Amino acid sequence: MKWKFKSYSVLPGFGLTMGCTVVWLSLMVLIPLSALFLRASGLTAEELWKTVTDPRIVASYRLTFGAALVAAMINAVFGFIVAWTLVRYDFPFKRLIDAFVDLPFALPTAVSGIALTAIYSKNGWIGQYLEPLGIKVAFTPLGITVALTFIGLPFVVRTLEPALHDLEKDTEEAAAILGANRWQTFWRVILPALLPSLLTGFALSFARAIGEFGSVVFISGNMPMKTEITSLLIITKLEQYDTTGATAIACVMLLASFVLLGAVNSVQWYISHRSRGGS
Amino acid sequence: MSLTPASAITASDTSTNAAVPHQETVPVAVQKNHSRSAVQSIKTSTNEPAWIRILLIAVTIGFLSLFLFIPLAAVFTEALRKGWGTCLASFRDPAAWSAIKLTLIAAGIAVPLNMVFGLVASWAIARFEFSGKSLLITLIDLPFAISPVVSGLIFVLLFGSSGWFGPWLAKHDLQIIFAVPGIILVTIFITFPFVARELIPLMQEQGSEEEQAAISLGAGGWQTFWRVTLPNVRWGLMYGVILCNARAMGEFGAVSVVSGHIRGRTNTVPLHVEVLYNEYNFVAAFSVASLLAVLALVTLAMKTLVEIRLERQMAEAQATSSTHST
Amino acid sequence: MNIDISRITRTFGAFRALDDVSLNIGDGELVALLGPSGSGKTTLLRIIAGLETTDADCKGSVSFNEVDVTNKAVGKRGVGFVFQHYALFRHMTVFENIAFPLRVRPRSTRPSGTEISRRVQELLDLVQLGGLAKRFPAQLSGGQRQRIALARALAVEPQVLLLDEPFGALDAQVRKELRTWLRRLHDEIHVTSVLVTHDQEEALEVADRVVVMNKGRIEQAGSPEEVFHQPATKFVMEFLGQVNVFHGRVAAGKASLGNLTVEYPAWPHEEERAATFYMRPHELDIRKHPSDGASLAARVTRVNPAGSSARIGLQTADGVDLLVELTLDRYRDLDIKRGDDVFVYASQTRVFVPDYEVDYAI
Repeated sequence: MKWKFKSYSVLPGFGLTMGCTVVWLSLMVLIPLSALFLRASGLTAEELWKTVTDPRIVASYRLTFGAALVAAMINAVFGFIVAWTLVRYDFPFKRLIDAFVDLPFALPTAVSGIALTAIYSKNGWIGQYLEPLGIKVAFTPLGITVALTFIGLPFVVRTLEPALHDLEKDTEEAAAILGANRWQTFWRVILPALLPSLLTGFALSFARAIGEFGSVVFISGNMPMKTEITSLLIITKLEQYDTTGATAIACVMLLASFVLLGAVNSVQWYISHRSRGGS
Repeated sequence: MSLTPASAITASDTSTNAAVPHQETVPVAVQKNHSRSAVQSIKTSTNEPAWIRILLIAVTIGFLSLFLFIPLAAVFTEALRKGWGTCLASFRDPAAWSAIKLTLIAAGIAVPLNMVFGLVASWAIARFEFSGKSLLITLIDLPFAISPVVSGLIFVLLFGSSGWFGPWLAKHDLQIIFAVPGIILVTIFITFPFVARELIPLMQEQGSEEEQAAISLGAGGWQTFWRVTLPNVRWGLMYGVILCNARAMGEFGAVSVVSGHIRGRTNTVPLHVEVLYNEYNFVAAFSVASLLAVLALVTLAMKTLVEIRLERQMAEAQATSSTHST
Repeated sequence: MNIDISRITRTFGAFRALDDVSLNIGDGELVALLGPSGSGKTTLLRIIAGLETTDADCKGSVSFNEVDVTNKAVGKRGVGFVFQHYALFRHMTVFENIAFPLRVRPRSTRPSGTEISRRVQELLDLVQLGGLAKRFPAQLSGGQRQRIALARALAVEPQVLLLDEPFGALDAQVRKELRTWLRRLHDEIHVTSVLVTHDQEEALEVADRVVVMNKGRIEQAGSPEEVFHQPATKFVMEFLGQVNVFHGRVAAGKASLGNLTVEYPAWPHEEERAATFYMRPHELDIRKHPSDGASLAARVTRVNPAGSSARIGLQTADGVDLLVELTLDRYRDLDIKRGDDVFVYASQTRVFVPDYEVDYAI
């Protein structure tokens, strides 16, 4: 059969809407984005390498990726529990609590940043109890992790909830009838079925945490080599009119988020592939 | 002989009334009655024991309190630390007003533009089959994958003094970076996918049968859109617009890069909060922040209401598509 | 295994799914629970399995071989359950699905790896899908999936096999094949089986005994022949097969429908009552001229000889529609056309008087 770009439809407006979509997308997203890559490709490899391996910047990678990873793992565990209880159990104010899970999406990051700093600083609501135990949260990597956990929570919960809804009660009943106890059913039937969604939520939460800025800058304290996140270093470079350096670091971050996005997409491809039974 | 169920023909004799009482008393063979004490309720097969359930609910509420409710409460408490008067005084500052104005302008331009784009793009994507569709969806989603600071940087690279258009802009005495147009541009960029990514799956789920019916009944493309498509997706559209607006008003990182923090001129509300906070004017910072927190609460409330509608609509769409496929 | 269900009641909110139901299922029997949706058949099956509980105040019980299992956990009852939508574990291969019940056994009774492989292969051969062990459920057709689900249910070596609309999600053609196959399999392994279905053809063809349910009660339990030819209630009459329904009257030992009057000794009272007349299309005959016995005059409105019998639509002078099924030979002998005036004779009529259930045939 002859290859065709578009299959036949009686509905009008394809040319117009498609044209507008592509033009607007190019103007607002693709051309600006290509500016970054063109600028980066103008750098010599040596320059690039020197910038992105500067010890201060490497320290920021370690901090950003480390804290983001820990936060995403915390979210994977607790987000799973939150999603499970919100879908499976009934308790008072459930709908309200469910709505609040999206607070990190709705609350401007600067607000969450100063709020978390206020709570976890040494005379804050929670900080005052942690201080005597020798646990410092604000202005430490721990504080950064707290902020990133806050930011990433809805990703895990919101990815898991539909998967939990879709989980057929049949399969759990089948497992019970076949002699599995509840624990075996959970590990062998429920968790494997939810694993792709859990991984997706984990990756989304991780990706968001890597790029997060607003909620982190206040609680991090921004001490060079210690609590500087990579996003902040881009701004620092810009303030020093070092656009080249800023571009180089931005490329590293973009690369990281694209790798994660690719991972999410392949997980999702895997899910749809398996449930549709291709091969 | 055919065995299709249901009575083939129902008729009524002219001399009798058609209403037949459908009460049947069928004696069920009563078997020997086991005398037994009250049946204990057995553990249902797909439930956890009560203590696990209570534990998990407690963990959920504890975790969410720690990470969501306490920070939210802290914003308001800090704002009112020195009473209502001091709190409200923060809004008497002209800088606060200009920040609010700028935020409204940026959102007021970015949200409608993205809404129109979302509708246009989802019509093209959800109503037609063409090659490269998934690539197009991925490209539309792209701004989500880019961290806010990098988004800001992109526009600095384009329009900043050392950027592509920098010299040209300087020659014509135009300023985009460290000025209002830059703020509007990054706001559009970061909120770009919100409406489209809500509408595309919804419209794909609903299918194009209704539009095809409208066309076959003689409606034009424009009429079809206004009378059939738009009413069908209005809740999904609302949902996307609400999220888009929340992000547009609340964005910090990207706007921070292009704004230049010129007090009274290029500060949006979140940036104003930062400035006040860095000046150790905590009460004012939290007062302005509480305005944003109220905005967040309104967003959540509206979002929940729309979600309830949307769930209903999705369920209906699924019901029709599943009856169609079986 | 003999199953004894005694006085089971189950309500969901205001809806009474099962209303004081009792039933005995013999060892090795294949029983079909047949009824429209909402009749309680699935609830009954799920209560036998232990997936559903009876009402808290219900004193009824479920016993297997005289042993009360009402409070026994579902995994310990030794039942196999086949779900309408298969309920296969999507992330496991066919092999792992069937091995699942063996692998989740307590360590002391768990078979060794080689033993598990042997058993799984045996079961796969039994359901004639030996070559599919490495596939995932999504890679199988609906019919294959249901056979795998059955193999998995049999892996627990059940004393009782319960099937909930097992062919409900399949195409008509596959459904017919699997039906015959299930009957053969049952003859082979002889495990006591209960099949829930809303498809009367399926129930009548596969089952040793059919239990017709309606509104949470058992209307009739009997052999396929019994329930079809001697329906105990109006509901069974209407639910099984096609039937012409007329509304007439009874009084003083006679039932009358227009000018058709039949003896009805079951109602000797003088009082006149409304009565419903049932005549199956194949129990009616058409004659061109009136002869002995009571008949209804009617005009032919539609003739459809396409099929294994000829279906004739008629209308009486009173405007009542009815359907008659003739053998093709009879149809050719008669040579009737649309518009002919004919006489309809009933070889069998069933009359039901509401609140006074008696079946009477002439």
